[in-house]
Amino acid sequence: MTIKGKAYIAGAYEHPTRKAPDKSLAQLHAEVAIGALADAGLTKDDVDGYFCAGDAPGMGPLSMVDYLNLRVRHVDSTDVGGSSYLLHVAHAAEAIAAGKCRVALITLAGRPRSEGMATGTQPRAGNLAQPDVQFEYPYGVTVANAYAMVAMRHMHEFGTTSEQLAWIKVAASHHAQHNPHAMLRDVVTVADVVNSPMVADPLHRLDCCVISDGGGALLVVAPEVAKSLKRPLVKVIGAGEAPKGQLGGAVDLTYSGARYSGAAAFAEAGVKPSDIKYASIYDSFTITVLMQLEDLGFCAKGEGGKFVADGNLISGVGKLPFNTDGGGLCNNHPANRGGITKVIEAVRQLRGEAHPAVQVRNCDVALAHGTGGLLGTRHGSATLIMERE
Amino acid sequence: MANVQRKIPAPTPTPETEAFWKATADGTFLVRRCTACGKPHWYPRAICPFCMSDKTEWVESKGTGRIYSYSVMRRAAEPYAIAYVTLDEGTTMLTNLVQCDFDALKIGQAVKLVLMPTEGGPPVPCFTPA
Ligand SMILES: [Zn+2]
Repeated sequence: MTIKGKAYIAGAYEHPTRKAPDKSLAQLHAEVAIGALADAGLTKDDVDGYFCAGDAPGMGPLSMVDYLNLRVRHVDSTDVGGSSYLLHVAHAAEAIAAGKCRVALITLAGRPRSEGMATGTQPRAGNLAQPDVQFEYPYGVTVANAYAMVAMRHMHEFGTTSEQLAWIKVAASHHAQHNPHAMLRDVVTVADVVNSPMVADPLHRLDCCVISDGGGALLVVAPEVAKSLKRPLVKVIGAGEAPKGQLGGAVDLTYSGARYSGAAAFAEAGVKPSDIKYASIYDSFTITVLMQLEDLGFCAKGEGGKFVADGNLISGVGKLPFNTDGGGLCNNHPANRGGITKVIEAVRQLRGEAHPAVQVRNCDVALAHGTGGLLGTRHGSATLIMERE
Repeated sequence: MANVQRKIPAPTPTPETEAFWKATADGTFLVRRCTACGKPHWYPRAICPFCMSDKTEWVESKGTGRIYSYSVMRRAAEPYAIAYVTLDEGTTMLTNLVQCDFDALKIGQAVKLVLMPTEGGPPVPCFTPA
Protein backbone atom coordinates (compact mmCIF):
# COMPACT_ATOMS: atom_id res chain seq x y z
CA MET A 1 0.00 0.00 0.00
CA THR A 2 1.33 3.40 -0.96
CA ILE A 3 -0.04 6.92 -1.18
CA LYS A 4 1.88 7.49 -4.42
CA GLY A 5 -0.54 9.02 -6.90
CA LYS A 6 -3.54 8.51 -4.60
CA ALA A 7 -4.10 12.20 -3.83
CA TYR A 8 -3.55 15.65 -5.31
CA ILE A 9 -3.13 19.09 -3.82
CA ALA A 10 -5.89 21.01 -5.55
CA GLY A 11 -6.05 24.14 -3.42
CA ALA A 12 -3.39 26.22 -1.70
CA TYR A 13 -3.74 29.62 -0.12
CA GLU A 14 -1.49 31.80 2.02
CA HIS A 15 -3.14 34.63 3.94
CA PRO A 16 -1.62 37.94 2.85
CA THR A 17 -1.72 39.42 6.36
CA ARG A 18 1.37 39.49 8.55
CA LYS A 19 -0.33 41.38 11.38
CA ALA A 20 -3.97 40.84 12.24
CA PRO A 21 -4.89 42.58 15.51
CA ASP A 22 -8.47 43.08 14.34
CA LYS A 23 -9.24 39.44 13.51
CA SER A 24 -9.94 36.44 15.72
CA LEU A 25 -8.02 33.20 15.46
CA ALA A 26 -11.07 31.27 14.25
CA GLN A 27 -11.75 33.98 11.67
CA LEU A 28 -8.23 33.62 10.27
CA HIS A 29 -8.70 29.84 9.99
CA ALA A 30 -11.97 30.46 8.13
CA GLU A 31 -10.43 33.05 5.81
CA VAL A 32 -7.67 30.70 4.70
CA ALA A 33 -10.24 27.94 4.16
CA ILE A 34 -12.19 30.30 1.88
CA GLY A 35 -8.98 31.13 0.02
CA ALA A 36 -8.03 27.51 -0.61
CA LEU A 37 -11.56 26.58 -1.74
CA ALA A 38 -11.60 29.50 -4.18
CA ASP A 39 -8.16 28.53 -5.45
CA ALA A 40 -9.32 24.97 -6.14
CA GLY A 41 -12.78 25.88 -7.42
CA LEU A 42 -14.51 23.88 -4.69
CA THR A 43 -17.11 24.82 -2.08
CA LYS A 44 -17.56 24.20 1.62
CA ASP A 45 -20.05 21.43 0.89
CA ASP A 46 -17.38 19.48 -1.00
CA VAL A 47 -15.22 19.20 2.13
CA ASP A 48 -15.56 15.83 3.87
CA GLY A 49 -12.29 15.74 5.80
CA TYR A 50 -10.77 18.34 8.13
CA PHE A 51 -7.23 18.55 9.47
CA CYS A 52 -5.71 21.00 11.95
CA ALA A 53 -3.09 21.10 14.70
CA GLY A 54 -2.50 22.85 18.01
CA ASP A 55 -2.81 26.34 16.55
CA ALA A 56 -6.55 25.81 16.00
CA PRO A 57 -8.78 27.08 18.81
CA GLY A 58 -10.72 24.49 20.76
CA MET A 59 -10.43 20.77 21.34
CA GLY A 60 -8.65 19.28 18.35
CA PRO A 61 -10.78 19.84 15.25
CA LEU A 62 -14.09 20.28 17.10
CA SER A 63 -14.36 24.06 17.36
CA MET A 64 -13.26 24.76 13.80
CA VAL A 65 -15.50 22.06 12.32
CA ASP A 66 -18.35 23.73 14.22
CA TYR A 67 -17.33 27.32 13.34
CA LEU A 68 -17.11 26.43 9.65
CA ASN A 69 -20.22 24.26 10.00
CA LEU A 70 -18.60 21.42 8.09
CA ARG A 71 -20.15 18.01 7.69
CA VAL A 72 -17.07 15.81 7.62
CA ARG A 73 -16.50 12.07 7.92
CA HIS A 74 -12.80 12.18 8.71
CA VAL A 75 -10.75 14.40 11.07
CA ASP A 76 -7.13 14.43 12.22
CA SER A 77 -5.52 16.90 14.62
CA THR A 78 -2.08 15.33 14.94
CA ASP A 79 0.18 18.01 16.39
CA VAL A 80 3.90 17.81 15.69
CA GLY A 81 4.45 21.57 15.83
CA GLY A 82 5.35 23.34 12.62
CA SER A 83 5.76 20.06 10.74
CA SER A 84 2.11 19.10 11.37
CA TYR A 85 0.73 20.36 8.05
CA LEU A 86 3.14 18.35 5.90
CA LEU A 87 2.17 15.29 7.89
CA HIS A 88 -1.50 16.25 7.45
CA VAL A 89 -1.09 16.16 3.67
CA ALA A 90 0.31 12.65 3.98
CA HIS A 91 -2.41 11.56 6.40
CA ALA A 92 -5.06 13.08 4.14
CA ALA A 93 -3.61 11.14 1.19
CA GLU A 94 -3.79 7.96 3.30
CA ALA A 95 -7.39 8.67 4.24
CA ILE A 96 -8.29 9.37 0.60
CA ALA A 97 -6.53 6.19 -0.53
CA ALA A 98 -8.56 4.27 2.05
CA GLY A 99 -11.80 5.86 0.90
CA LYS A 100 -12.37 7.73 4.17
CA CYS A 101 -12.72 11.14 2.51
CA ARG A 102 -12.39 12.79 -0.92
CA VAL A 103 -11.75 16.46 -0.16
CA ALA A 104 -9.58 17.17 2.89
CA LEU A 105 -9.21 20.72 4.17
CA ILE A 106 -6.09 21.59 6.21
CA THR A 107 -5.91 24.96 7.97
CA LEU A 108 -3.30 26.80 10.00
CA ALA A 109 -3.56 30.28 11.51
CA GLY A 110 -2.17 32.29 14.37
CA ARG A 111 -1.54 35.78 15.67
CA PRO A 112 1.61 35.63 17.81
CA ARG A 113 2.67 39.06 16.57
CA SER A 114 -0.53 40.80 17.61
CA GLU A 115 -0.46 38.95 20.91
CA GLY A 116 3.08 40.18 21.55
CA MET A 117 4.52 36.77 22.31
CA ALA A 118 8.27 36.63 22.96
CA THR A 119 8.05 33.50 20.91
CA GLY A 120 11.58 32.29 20.58
CA THR A 121 13.40 33.76 23.53
CA GLN A 122 11.04 33.18 26.46
CA PRO A 123 11.06 29.89 28.41
CA ARG A 124 7.58 28.35 28.49
CA ALA A 125 6.61 25.75 31.09
CA GLY A 126 3.91 24.09 29.01
CA ASN A 127 2.07 21.14 30.50
CA LEU A 128 3.51 20.08 33.85
CA ALA A 129 2.46 16.48 33.23
CA GLN A 130 4.88 16.44 30.30
CA PRO A 131 7.66 14.31 31.83
CA ASP A 132 10.56 16.40 30.53
CA VAL A 133 9.30 19.78 31.73
CA GLN A 134 10.63 19.53 35.29
CA PHE A 135 14.08 18.67 33.90
CA GLU A 136 14.15 21.42 31.28
CA TYR A 137 11.96 24.41 32.09
CA PRO A 138 14.00 25.44 35.19
CA TYR A 139 17.08 25.73 32.95
CA GLY A 140 15.52 28.30 30.64
CA VAL A 141 15.17 26.23 27.49
CA THR A 142 13.71 28.41 24.74
CA VAL A 143 13.15 27.82 21.08
CA ALA A 144 16.24 29.84 20.16
CA ASN A 145 18.77 28.31 22.54
CA ALA A 146 17.56 24.76 21.88
CA TYR A 147 18.30 25.20 18.17
CA ALA A 148 21.49 27.06 19.02
CA MET A 149 22.93 24.03 20.81
CA VAL A 150 22.48 22.06 17.60
CA ALA A 151 24.39 24.73 15.69
CA MET A 152 27.13 24.82 18.33
CA ARG A 153 27.65 21.06 18.11
CA HIS A 154 27.59 21.14 14.29
CA MET A 155 30.30 23.79 14.30
CA HIS A 156 32.36 21.71 16.74
CA GLU A 157 32.04 18.44 14.82
CA PHE A 158 32.20 19.67 11.24
CA GLY A 159 33.80 23.11 11.32
CA THR A 160 30.64 24.83 10.11
CA THR A 161 30.89 28.62 10.37
CA SER A 162 28.50 31.47 11.13
CA GLU A 163 29.26 32.83 7.66
CA GLN A 164 28.08 29.58 6.06
CA LEU A 165 24.86 29.64 8.09
CA ALA A 166 24.39 33.27 7.07
CA TRP A 167 24.24 32.27 3.40
CA ILE A 168 20.91 30.58 4.12
CA LYS A 169 19.41 33.88 5.25
CA VAL A 170 21.05 35.69 2.35
CA ALA A 171 19.41 33.29 -0.13
CA ALA A 172 15.99 33.68 1.54
CA SER A 173 16.31 37.47 1.37
CA HIS A 174 17.14 37.33 -2.34
CA HIS A 175 13.80 35.56 -2.85
CA ALA A 176 11.79 37.72 -0.44
CA GLN A 177 12.58 40.90 -2.36
CA HIS A 178 10.13 39.67 -5.01
CA ASN A 179 7.32 38.82 -2.58
CA PRO A 180 5.11 41.86 -1.89
CA HIS A 181 3.67 40.17 1.21
CA ALA A 182 7.03 39.27 2.77
CA MET A 183 7.72 40.78 6.18
CA LEU A 184 11.40 41.41 5.38
CA ARG A 185 12.05 42.35 1.75
CA ASP A 186 15.53 43.85 1.96
CA VAL A 187 18.35 41.80 0.51
CA VAL A 188 20.94 41.14 3.23
CA THR A 189 24.59 40.14 3.12
CA VAL A 190 26.62 37.60 5.06
CA ALA A 191 28.11 40.53 6.99
CA ASP A 192 24.63 41.81 7.89
CA VAL A 193 23.78 38.43 9.40
CA VAL A 194 26.96 37.83 11.39
CA ASN A 195 26.97 41.42 12.64
CA SER A 196 23.35 41.32 13.81
CA PRO A 197 22.91 41.02 17.61
CA MET A 198 23.58 37.63 19.17
CA VAL A 199 20.40 35.97 20.42
CA ALA A 200 21.71 32.61 21.62
CA ASP A 201 25.29 31.66 20.73
CA PRO A 202 25.99 31.02 17.87
CA LEU A 203 22.67 32.20 16.40
CA HIS A 204 22.29 35.88 15.57
CA ARG A 205 19.09 37.79 15.19
CA LEU A 206 19.14 37.31 11.40
CA ASP A 207 19.64 33.54 11.83
CA CYS A 208 16.10 33.50 13.29
CA CYS A 209 12.77 33.46 11.46
CA VAL A 210 10.20 36.23 11.63
CA ILE A 211 7.25 36.29 14.03
CA SER A 212 4.12 36.87 11.99
CA ASP A 213 0.34 36.62 12.14
CA GLY A 214 -1.43 34.89 9.31
CA GLY A 215 -2.09 31.41 8.09
CA GLY A 216 -2.60 29.11 5.18
CA ALA A 217 -4.78 26.31 3.94
CA LEU A 218 -4.53 23.33 1.62
CA LEU A 219 -7.03 21.05 -0.07
CA VAL A 220 -5.93 17.48 -0.63
CA VAL A 221 -8.32 15.67 -2.95
CA ALA A 222 -8.95 12.34 -4.64
CA PRO A 223 -7.61 11.95 -8.22
CA GLU A 224 -11.06 12.13 -9.84
CA VAL A 225 -11.80 15.37 -7.96
CA ALA A 226 -8.47 16.91 -9.00
CA LYS A 227 -9.05 15.98 -12.63
CA SER A 228 -12.51 17.57 -12.61
CA LEU A 229 -11.03 20.95 -11.64
CA LYS A 230 -9.33 23.57 -13.80
CA ARG A 231 -6.09 23.81 -11.80
CA PRO A 232 -2.70 22.30 -12.73
CA LEU A 233 -2.33 18.81 -11.27
CA VAL A 234 0.01 18.51 -8.29
CA LYS A 235 0.28 14.90 -7.22
CA VAL A 236 1.52 13.59 -3.85
CA ILE A 237 4.07 10.87 -4.59
CA GLY A 238 5.86 10.23 -1.31
CA ALA A 239 5.84 11.08 2.37
CA GLY A 240 7.65 10.24 5.56
CA GLU A 241 7.41 11.20 9.21
CA ALA A 242 9.74 10.68 12.16
CA PRO A 243 9.72 12.23 15.62
CA LYS A 244 13.11 12.34 17.33
CA GLY A 245 14.05 13.18 20.91
CA GLN A 246 16.88 12.77 23.36
CA LEU A 247 17.16 9.01 22.84
CA GLY A 248 16.95 8.19 26.54
CA GLY A 249 20.01 10.31 27.26
CA ALA A 250 22.10 9.04 24.32
CA VAL A 251 21.72 12.59 22.97
CA ASP A 252 22.97 13.10 19.41
CA LEU A 253 22.45 16.59 18.01
CA THR A 254 24.26 15.87 14.76
CA TYR A 255 21.21 14.55 12.94
CA SER A 256 17.46 15.11 12.87
CA GLY A 257 14.39 12.99 12.18
CA ALA A 258 14.71 14.07 8.55
CA ARG A 259 17.22 11.24 8.16
CA TYR A 260 14.29 8.81 8.48
CA SER A 261 11.35 10.83 7.14
CA GLY A 262 13.35 11.85 4.07
CA ALA A 263 14.51 8.30 3.31
CA ALA A 264 10.93 7.03 3.61
CA ALA A 265 9.56 9.77 1.34
CA PHE A 266 12.22 9.26 -1.35
CA ALA A 267 11.69 5.49 -1.27
CA GLU A 268 7.92 5.85 -1.67
CA ALA A 269 8.24 8.44 -4.43
CA GLY A 270 10.93 6.48 -6.26
CA VAL A 271 13.06 9.59 -6.77
CA LYS A 272 16.46 10.77 -5.53
CA PRO A 273 17.56 14.10 -4.05
CA SER A 274 19.14 14.94 -7.43
CA ASP A 275 15.66 14.70 -9.03
CA ILE A 276 14.29 17.50 -6.83
CA LYS A 277 14.02 20.77 -8.80
CA TYR A 278 12.77 22.88 -5.90
CA ALA A 279 12.83 22.34 -2.12
CA SER A 280 10.85 24.04 0.62
CA ILE A 281 13.00 23.51 3.70
CA TYR A 282 11.75 24.49 7.15
CA ASP A 283 13.66 27.57 8.20
CA SER A 284 12.81 28.42 11.79
CA PHE A 285 16.55 29.12 12.02
CA THR A 286 19.40 28.90 9.55
CA ILE A 287 20.73 25.80 11.33
CA THR A 288 17.37 24.04 10.78
CA VAL A 289 17.90 24.30 7.01
CA LEU A 290 21.49 23.07 7.17
CA MET A 291 20.60 19.99 9.22
CA GLN A 292 17.67 19.07 6.98
CA LEU A 293 19.64 19.44 3.75
CA GLU A 294 22.20 16.98 5.10
CA ASP A 295 19.67 14.56 6.57
CA LEU A 296 17.52 14.58 3.42
CA GLY A 297 20.61 13.64 1.40
CA PHE A 298 21.12 16.81 -0.64
CA CYS A 299 24.72 16.71 0.61
CA ALA A 300 26.78 14.49 2.90
CA LYS A 301 26.58 14.86 6.69
CA GLY A 302 28.85 17.67 7.76
CA GLU A 303 29.02 19.18 4.26
CA GLY A 304 25.97 21.44 4.72
CA GLY A 305 28.04 24.53 5.36
CA LYS A 306 29.85 24.22 2.04
CA PHE A 307 26.62 23.27 0.27
CA VAL A 308 24.69 26.40 1.26
CA ALA A 309 27.56 28.84 0.74
CA ASP A 310 28.01 31.15 -2.24
CA GLY A 311 24.34 31.37 -3.14
CA ASN A 312 23.74 27.70 -3.88
CA LEU A 313 20.16 28.00 -2.55
CA ILE A 314 19.27 31.07 -4.66
CA SER A 315 16.85 30.43 -7.52
CA GLY A 316 18.53 30.94 -10.89
CA VAL A 317 21.97 31.01 -9.27
CA GLY A 318 22.52 27.86 -7.25
CA LYS A 319 21.90 24.15 -7.66
CA LEU A 320 19.03 23.82 -5.19
CA PRO A 321 16.54 26.71 -5.20
CA PHE A 322 14.84 26.78 -1.79
CA ASN A 323 12.06 28.78 -0.12
CA THR A 324 11.42 31.05 -3.09
CA ASP A 325 8.71 32.91 -1.16
CA GLY A 326 11.37 34.14 1.29
CA GLY A 327 10.56 31.36 3.76
CA GLY A 328 10.15 31.75 7.47
CA LEU A 329 13.38 33.70 7.59
CA CYS A 330 11.96 36.61 5.55
CA ASN A 331 8.38 36.04 4.43
CA ASN A 332 6.08 34.45 6.97
CA HIS A 333 6.02 32.08 9.95
CA PRO A 334 2.32 32.22 10.89
CA ALA A 335 1.42 30.87 14.34
CA ASN A 336 5.15 30.13 14.81
CA ARG A 337 4.50 27.16 12.56
CA GLY A 338 5.89 27.29 9.06
CA GLY A 339 4.84 23.91 7.68
CA ILE A 340 1.89 24.98 5.59
CA THR A 341 3.72 27.79 3.79
CA LYS A 342 6.36 25.21 2.84
CA VAL A 343 3.76 23.16 0.98
CA ILE A 344 2.09 26.25 -0.51
CA GLU A 345 5.27 27.55 -2.14
CA ALA A 346 6.10 24.07 -3.46
CA VAL A 347 2.63 23.94 -5.04
CA ARG A 348 3.18 27.39 -6.60
CA GLN A 349 6.47 26.17 -8.06
CA LEU A 350 4.98 22.97 -9.47
CA ARG A 351 2.09 24.92 -11.01
CA GLY A 352 4.46 27.50 -12.47
CA GLU A 353 2.77 30.16 -10.33
CA ALA A 354 5.76 31.33 -8.30
CA HIS A 355 6.98 34.89 -8.86
CA PRO A 356 8.62 34.97 -12.32
CA ALA A 357 11.88 36.16 -10.79
CA VAL A 358 12.15 32.99 -8.70
CA GLN A 359 10.15 30.44 -10.70
CA VAL A 360 12.24 27.33 -11.31
CA ARG A 361 12.17 26.29 -14.94
CA ASN A 362 10.65 22.88 -15.71
CA CYS A 363 9.81 22.36 -12.05
CA ASP A 364 8.31 18.88 -12.20
CA VAL A 365 9.33 17.38 -8.84
CA ALA A 366 9.46 19.29 -5.57
CA LEU A 367 10.07 18.45 -1.93
CA ALA A 368 8.74 20.11 1.20
CA HIS A 369 10.10 19.32 4.61
CA GLY A 370 9.11 20.43 8.09
CA THR A 371 10.77 20.33 11.49
CA GLY A 372 8.40 21.09 14.36
CA GLY A 373 9.07 21.55 18.05
CA LEU A 374 12.64 21.98 19.23
CA LEU A 375 15.45 20.48 17.18
CA GLY A 376 17.65 20.43 20.29
CA THR A 377 15.24 18.54 22.57
CA ARG A 378 12.40 16.78 20.75
CA HIS A 379 11.03 17.48 17.32
CA GLY A 380 8.70 16.23 14.64
CA SER A 381 10.00 15.68 11.15
CA ALA A 382 7.82 15.36 8.04
CA THR A 383 8.82 15.12 4.38
CA LEU A 384 6.55 15.39 1.36
CA ILE A 385 7.43 14.85 -2.29
CA MET A 386 5.12 16.16 -5.01
CA GLU A 387 5.06 15.92 -8.78
CA ARG A 388 3.46 17.98 -11.51
CA GLU A 389 1.35 15.76 -13.74
CA MET B 1 32.90 35.65 36.09
CA ALA B 2 29.35 35.50 34.90
CA ASN B 3 26.86 38.27 35.39
CA VAL B 4 23.94 38.23 37.79
CA GLN B 5 22.61 34.70 38.23
CA ARG B 6 19.19 34.29 36.65
CA LYS B 7 16.46 33.18 39.07
CA ILE B 8 15.75 29.51 38.45
CA PRO B 9 12.08 28.47 38.51
CA ALA B 10 11.22 25.55 40.80
CA PRO B 11 10.88 22.13 39.20
CA THR B 12 7.51 20.45 39.62
CA PRO B 13 8.03 16.87 40.85
CA THR B 14 5.71 14.04 39.84
CA PRO B 15 5.19 10.77 41.76
CA GLU B 16 7.87 9.29 39.46
CA THR B 17 10.51 11.83 40.48
CA GLU B 18 9.78 12.78 44.09
CA ALA B 19 12.82 10.85 45.35
CA PHE B 20 15.06 12.66 42.87
CA TRP B 21 14.02 16.10 44.09
CA LYS B 22 14.08 15.03 47.75
CA ALA B 23 17.68 13.97 47.15
CA THR B 24 18.74 17.27 45.60
CA ALA B 25 17.19 19.02 48.61
CA ASP B 26 19.46 16.82 50.76
CA GLY B 27 22.49 17.67 48.62
CA THR B 28 22.62 14.47 46.54
CA PHE B 29 22.40 14.08 42.76
CA LEU B 30 20.83 10.83 41.55
CA VAL B 31 20.62 9.23 38.15
CA ARG B 32 18.25 6.46 37.18
CA ARG B 33 19.71 3.14 36.10
CA CYS B 34 18.10 -0.02 34.78
CA THR B 35 19.04 -3.24 36.57
CA ALA B 36 17.77 -5.34 33.68
CA CYS B 37 19.96 -3.89 30.90
CA GLY B 38 22.42 -2.06 33.14
CA LYS B 39 22.12 1.29 31.36
CA PRO B 40 21.66 4.68 32.98
CA HIS B 41 19.22 7.06 31.28
CA TRP B 42 18.13 10.69 31.35
CA TYR B 43 15.68 12.25 32.24
CA PRO B 44 14.80 9.84 35.06
CA ARG B 45 11.91 7.45 34.43
CA ALA B 46 10.33 4.51 36.23
CA ILE B 47 10.42 2.58 32.95
CA CYS B 48 13.75 2.06 31.17
CA PRO B 49 13.72 3.82 27.77
CA PHE B 50 16.08 1.19 26.34
CA CYS B 51 14.46 -2.12 27.33
CA MET B 52 11.13 -1.07 28.90
CA SER B 53 11.95 -2.89 32.12
CA ASP B 54 10.42 -1.45 35.29
CA LYS B 55 13.45 -2.68 37.28
CA THR B 56 15.03 0.74 37.54
CA GLU B 57 16.83 2.20 40.54
CA TRP B 58 18.37 5.44 41.80
CA VAL B 59 22.16 5.58 41.99
CA GLU B 60 24.22 8.50 43.21
CA SER B 61 26.09 10.24 40.41
CA LYS B 62 29.73 11.25 40.75
CA GLY B 63 28.58 14.64 39.48
CA THR B 64 31.30 14.93 36.88
CA GLY B 65 31.12 15.06 33.13
CA ARG B 66 31.91 16.99 29.95
CA ILE B 67 30.09 19.63 27.92
CA TYR B 68 28.43 18.03 24.86
CA SER B 69 26.98 21.32 23.61
CA TYR B 70 25.89 24.65 25.05
CA SER B 71 24.48 28.05 24.18
CA VAL B 72 24.61 31.33 26.05
CA MET B 73 21.23 33.02 25.96
CA ARG B 74 22.16 36.65 25.31
CA ARG B 75 18.64 37.96 24.78
CA ALA B 76 17.64 37.75 28.45
CA ALA B 77 17.72 40.15 31.39
CA GLU B 78 20.41 37.98 32.97
CA PRO B 79 22.27 35.98 30.30
CA TYR B 80 22.59 32.28 31.11
CA ALA B 81 24.13 29.17 29.58
CA ILE B 82 22.09 26.09 28.79
CA ALA B 83 24.02 22.95 27.97
CA TYR B 84 23.98 19.25 27.43
CA VAL B 85 26.48 17.63 29.79
CA THR B 86 27.51 14.00 29.30
CA LEU B 87 27.96 12.55 32.77
CA ASP B 88 30.84 10.19 33.43
CA GLU B 89 28.12 7.57 34.05
CA GLY B 90 27.46 7.81 30.30
CA THR B 91 24.15 9.62 29.98
CA THR B 92 23.63 13.15 28.66
CA MET B 93 21.46 15.68 30.48
CA LEU B 94 20.14 19.14 29.82
CA THR B 95 21.39 21.63 32.41
CA ASN B 96 22.86 25.07 33.06
CA LEU B 97 26.52 26.02 33.24
CA VAL B 98 26.91 28.42 36.16
CA GLN B 99 29.46 30.41 38.16
CA CYS B 100 31.82 30.76 35.20
CA ASP B 101 32.98 33.01 32.38
CA PHE B 102 30.49 32.25 29.61
CA ASP B 103 32.93 33.44 26.95
CA ALA B 104 35.49 30.80 27.99
CA LEU B 105 33.17 27.78 27.70
CA LYS B 106 34.13 25.01 25.29
CA ILE B 107 32.58 21.78 24.07
CA GLY B 108 34.45 18.87 25.64
CA GLN B 109 35.36 20.86 28.75
CA ALA B 110 35.29 18.93 32.06
CA VAL B 111 32.61 20.11 34.48
CA LYS B 112 31.42 19.28 37.99
CA LEU B 113 28.11 19.42 39.80
CA VAL B 114 26.73 22.49 41.56
CA LEU B 115 23.24 22.24 43.06
CA MET B 116 21.63 25.59 42.39
CA PRO B 117 18.76 26.98 44.47
CA THR B 118 15.41 27.55 42.79
CA GLU B 119 12.50 29.86 43.54
CA GLY B 120 10.67 27.98 46.29
CA GLY B 121 11.56 24.45 45.19
CA PRO B 122 14.33 21.90 45.53
CA PRO B 123 17.71 22.78 43.97
CA VAL B 124 18.44 21.70 40.40
CA PRO B 125 21.66 20.04 39.22
CA CYS B 126 23.88 22.47 37.32
CA PHE B 127 27.56 22.35 36.38
CA THR B 128 30.62 24.53 36.52
CA PRO B 129 34.09 24.05 34.97
CA ALA B 130 36.01 21.43 36.97
ZN1 LIG C 1 16.81 -1.30 30.57
